[in-house]
Amino acid sequence: MTDVQEREQTTILRVADITKTYDLGGRGPWSRGPRATLTALDGVDLDLRRGEILALVGESGSGKSTLAKILVGSLTPTQGSLDWDAPDGAPRGRHAARRVQMVFQDPYSSLNPRLSVRAMLSELLLLHRIVPRSDVTAECLRLLNQVGLDADALDAYPSQFSGGQRQRLAIARALAVRPDVLIADEPVSALDVSVQATILDLFGTLQRDLGLSILFVAHNLAVVQHLSQRVAVMYLGRIVEVADTAELFSNPRHPYTRALIDSIPRMNPGSRNSMPILDGEPPSPFDLPTGCRFSPRCAFASEECSTIDPPLTAVAPDHSAACIKSLALPSIAPTGEQKEKQ
Amino acid sequence: MSAPTAVLDGFQTRRRAARSRVLKPWYRNGSLMAGIGVIGFLVLVAILAPVIAPYDPIKQDLQNALASPGAAHWLGTDKYGRDVLSRLIWGARVDLRIGFLAVIIPFVVGSVLGGLAGYFGGWFDTIVMRIVDIFFAFPFYVMVIVLVFVLGSGEASIYLAIAAVSWVSYAKIVRGEVLVAKKQDWVTAAKLGGMSDARILTRHIGPNVLSQAIIYGTSDVVMDIMAIVTLGYLGLGIAPPTPEWGSMILDGQEFITTHWMQATIPGLVVVLVSLGMSWLGDGLSDLLNPERRK
Amino acid sequence: MTDTILEVSNLTLGVRNGNRPPTVIVDDVSFRIARGERFGIVGESGSGKSMTLRSIVGLLPRGVEILSGSLRYGDIDLAATTGAARRALMGPEIAMIFQEPMTALNPVLRVGDQIAEGSRRHLGLSRAAAWDLAVSMMAKTGIPDPARRARAYPHELSGGLRQRVMIAMALSCKPKLLLCDEPTTALDVTVQHQVLRLLEDLCEEVGASLLFVTHDLAVVNQTCDELAVMYAGRIVERGSVERVFRRPEHPYTAGLLASAPDFDQPDRALVAIPGFPPNLAHRTDGCAFAPRCAFAQEHCHTASPPLEEHEAGHAAACFEVGRLLEATA
Repeated sequence: MTDVQEREQTTILRVADITKTYDLGGRGPWSRGPRATLTALDGVDLDLRRGEILALVGESGSGKSTLAKILVGSLTPTQGSLDWDAPDGAPRGRHAARRVQMVFQDPYSSLNPRLSVRAMLSELLLLHRIVPRSDVTAECLRLLNQVGLDADALDAYPSQFSGGQRQRLAIARALAVRPDVLIADEPVSALDVSVQATILDLFGTLQRDLGLSILFVAHNLAVVQHLSQRVAVMYLGRIVEVADTAELFSNPRHPYTRALIDSIPRMNPGSRNSMPILDGEPPSPFDLPTGCRFSPRCAFASEECSTIDPPLTAVAPDHSAACIKSLALPSIAPTGEQKEKQ
Repeated sequence: MSAPTAVLDGFQTRRRAARSRVLKPWYRNGSLMAGIGVIGFLVLVAILAPVIAPYDPIKQDLQNALASPGAAHWLGTDKYGRDVLSRLIWGARVDLRIGFLAVIIPFVVGSVLGGLAGYFGGWFDTIVMRIVDIFFAFPFYVMVIVLVFVLGSGEASIYLAIAAVSWVSYAKIVRGEVLVAKKQDWVTAAKLGGMSDARILTRHIGPNVLSQAIIYGTSDVVMDIMAIVTLGYLGLGIAPPTPEWGSMILDGQEFITTHWMQATIPGLVVVLVSLGMSWLGDGLSDLLNPERRK
Repeated sequence: MTDTILEVSNLTLGVRNGNRPPTVIVDDVSFRIARGERFGIVGESGSGKSMTLRSIVGLLPRGVEILSGSLRYGDIDLAATTGAARRALMGPEIAMIFQEPMTALNPVLRVGDQIAEGSRRHLGLSRAAAWDLAVSMMAKTGIPDPARRARAYPHELSGGLRQRVMIAMALSCKPKLLLCDEPTTALDVTVQHQVLRLLEDLCEEVGASLLFVTHDLAVVNQTCDELAVMYAGRIVERGSVERVFRRPEHPYTAGLLASAPDFDQPDRALVAIPGFPPNLAHRTDGCAFAPRCAFAQEHCHTASPPLEEHEAGHAAACFEVGRLLEATA
């Protein structure tokens, strides 16, 4: 129990039972069937701890981007709540900006093309009164240095920068208001490989130097492995597994997580994986299967899997998975730690 | 982070990624320069009218009516003996002034309504757009003519009529642009930055969106000049004897077979204005919407 | 595997600038693909890899031309082949798959029709026969319920399915050479895995050679036997995937490998390559990578190293290969 209490003390954001549905009404006599309800998120629980990088991994349709938008307040959940660990409770209005900020995926549409870097940063600094007016330029320079850019950048416009540099600017903008939490929505997916490394490096540095809590949304598990302390895996609107990074990769307890891990192309010339991993397509979010939503594609599924919808349950200390067979899954060979199953 | 990485990956103003092309400076933009040349020339002529017009445009000289073009009167005289060239020059003042001024109110009103409709959506958007649709159903010139007829001729009515009718185009254009801009991440970022809707609309979305309206404005000036000229031709425009290209065409019309210049030259000048504004619009479009419209 | 199906020799692509020297986008690129071989071209944006591919199929953007060099497909000079002769090649001989399936498929035609079009034209099949072939190709690519899906429009299918449709389309006429321009970059990782395996299996079945362009090193490792690494329009290293990955001989390749997250070595720190790619309009005489290279010497800035073999079947364009190998041994 002390474990739980300790976790609660360090939790900065608790996501409780968040659900997001979209009601796409039928369009009359020629529509295909009754009113369609799209369930983007279906009862998501998650904790973000102070000073950690938590990776949120999922493929298209998993709901990870929707969750990210709800966390920053761009979308309102249909159900559920967000609990911030702060004396003044949930941030409202302008103050929300000081609590959580976001870095977007597309470096080419995340900066206003008509604002110079100086204008963009100063506006935020002044609006939130981060520093007195006389210190604004100095603060802008400090922010730029923090993300690895120099004073030349101050009076330039976004169109003069490359993709990687734009992401740095986007990060500088996010940091300007000194948030507690940073939500990064696939920030390196649109960048070249060698540039990705520099941005990942930057996130790591910011976490260490500023004590930022970062929720890193990604679809590339290899990236996640290097950067995050904990990983949460999503499938079709649910979280199916959460664990410390090392634990997740050495001892995955949900079949989907295993499939994801096995699908990652390896760089070692000796290890080509030509085995079939996963069949078929994810089902349509309009038409979710009964029972476990992963069961139609699951290599380990049995009869009961299509009748029981498994909740997220603990399978090891600080490791939960949503699978009725999680403890019965065969252990992963050599690189992982072997754990005795009860 | 390792310092060398940070420094070397730093920003350098003069270097550009291999992909992007170098923007050519504005003075090398052919359309823009042609447009500025033509319109600039005409505006200059209009401003200097008192100085360069050889004769008083309203002074009649019935002895000398309908003179052929010659040394004394380069374009001849009209049926009242007034020098056609001088009337043309003074007419520029009227037509150009009204043409340029008449776009201002529709631009402002249309952009504001369109911008608000696009940004906020909902019932406001529906109402505004339905009104816009209604106005679009009527042909521009017909509406303007009818309104001027009702309001009585004169400069003020022209402004009112044009304003009442042409704001809808701006509304539609700006609304469309705002709808697109709204979805961009930098707008979301501005909201996350705690900025109010008003601020986002005016300082963030505004500059990005108005360029299209401005470019449309250049062609709208031509439409308005055409409207004024048409009204003048129909005798509904600026009251005579003030020189105006439309009424000149009206006056010259009866003599089209004998003195074709009186009716045709003003028309050709209108064509020239149209050409100049069109070039200006193209040039502005290149200038205001650089290739990096990502 | 000894006969060559595609030979690219000293290919140089660029934009002519009237009196001034042309802007070179691809510089003196040479490689050869054998029958049945899977060849990868790896590079980042601006490396010229996509342009090289496009020159093979004759889809260069306006203004970009072949300035020198040759492209030979068997006996045929591709650069000289235009019009009807080229159209006869595209489909039964050479086919291409693109990165973004939505823009590569015609949105107003049913996918079955799009697949069938090729076989009707090149193989002379009747409408019905072509449709059947299309459905069977779709089944081969793993599309569930192909008969029904063939009647769908592109927007009704997911990204993974559309990509499979493109593969079906490309392979329906059993080409000898399949060109792929980053076909899995836009796909989820599990779908990517399926699509890559599919490409491998089908190419083997049809006997097609594969030319695979990508920026993802891990994908190249999974899919290709041989590879060429491009930087600033030049090939900087070329050899078998195994050799190049185990013992890279060019600092850029080594840098790429060091900066990419490797799943099997989670504790290895990612080392970024400092600086950024050069502006192609301002080429210098020296090695294009020298400004960013940890091993660069004086002479690297003044002369451009040629692509040379330092061990059999493995070539690198670098003066300092010795020092690099020592440092990374």
